[in-house]
Amino acid sequence: MSHFTLDARRSLCPMPVIKTQDKIAELQAGDTLEVTCTDPGALSDIPAWCRINGHIVKESHEKNDEVVITIQVG
Amino acid sequence: MSQQRKAVALISGGLDSLLAAKMMIDQGIHVEGINFYTGFCVEGHTHAIRKKDKAKPKRNNALWSAEQLGIKLHIIDIIDEYKDVLINPKHGYGANMNPCLDCKIFMVGKAKQWMDANGFDFIITGEVMGQRPMSQRKDLLPVVVRESGADDRLLRPLCAKNLAATLPEREGWVNREQLEDFSGRNRKPQMALAAKYGFIDYATPAGGCCFLTDKNYSDKLVDLWQARNKKDYELDDIMLLKVGRHLRPQPHYKLIVSREDGENKFLKGYKKQFSTIEIKSHNGPLTLVDGEVSDEEFRFAARIAARFSQGRDADSVTVKLTRKDGEEQLVDIPPLPASDIKQEWYI
Repeated sequence: MSHFTLDARRSLCPMPVIKTQDKIAELQAGDTLEVTCTDPGALSDIPAWCRINGHIVKESHEKNDEVVITIQVG
Repeated sequence: MSQQRKAVALISGGLDSLLAAKMMIDQGIHVEGINFYTGFCVEGHTHAIRKKDKAKPKRNNALWSAEQLGIKLHIIDIIDEYKDVLINPKHGYGANMNPCLDCKIFMVGKAKQWMDANGFDFIITGEVMGQRPMSQRKDLLPVVVRESGADDRLLRPLCAKNLAATLPEREGWVNREQLEDFSGRNRKPQMALAAKYGFIDYATPAGGCCFLTDKNYSDKLVDLWQARNKKDYELDDIMLLKVGRHLRPQPHYKLIVSREDGENKFLKGYKKQFSTIEIKSHNGPLTLVDGEVSDEEFRFAARIAARFSQGRDADSVTVKLTRKDGEEQLVDIPPLPASDIKQEWYI
């Protein structure tokens, strides 16, 4: 199991979701992915995408106008 | 035991595609959603750039629909491929720069490719005969079937009874009797069906989901093409058309003036790609200068930007002018009087 990061800053919905989706397609179950976004909508969209596609949001927070979401690949 | 058939549903985030997918799920079909991102999609998050809209729910309606339906959703970036659809539409534009028929043909064609690649059996859409003037006219629905390559594997559950039976109906994969015969612009049948299924809080019934149907947005796109003397764009270009006031004082440059703090923050992300004007002595907008300007034009542009700051009535406002190459200068300028801001500058 490995940890990966993804920079989705300056992307507006739904690009952060698409970038997350495409990155996760390359990963293995159990890997974790930390996504950094500037669109606050990612706080609702990426978890929604994870719920319907079987991945787990381990942690999410907002800091300095950035949203950071950590996902465990299902 | 019969094989469970699989359908890929075009999910826009509107009510019709939600209902069409639900009808198929209720008939025992395995449904997965597909949503195409052209760059012109109207999303709550685009509006969320503006601070005043932050109270609105931030959600992607296609994801919301998929969650209501309990299906997977595949969001596909078609930004680059879509350029040819918009720039060279075989069937022309609608009331604005919306190539709705070509767009539908393209999206159904992409769904057909996805269907073939993923071993699915047919495609479903939420189209309703006669609901939209361009892509859903009775005489044009067969054009989508034919030119997309989907042929009789394209099923429109909401108006199927008005159309010839498709392969899924003929083969008995779905029961035609349980499909609908909706037509026209009346939305009451869809709303009644939504109520029957218990769907509430769905996206606006009219389902408009594309900036290209918006006159103001289309005007800005046409202006962009005219100024560059070519019909082309990058994603950043079309995102910026959604943000700020756009003024063109001269044919060779345009100003994008933020309207409030949310847009200010968004436009800051473009400071390395454009020359910029920042108001330093008062609260005011960040302004991007799209085009090459002389020093004199740069200062004139700053006077326009200052007009939109809290220093608009001051004798002098201090502004920071920054060239794309990073060269900065602080200048004191008088804001342009309101009467000198020409209406024809506004795009």
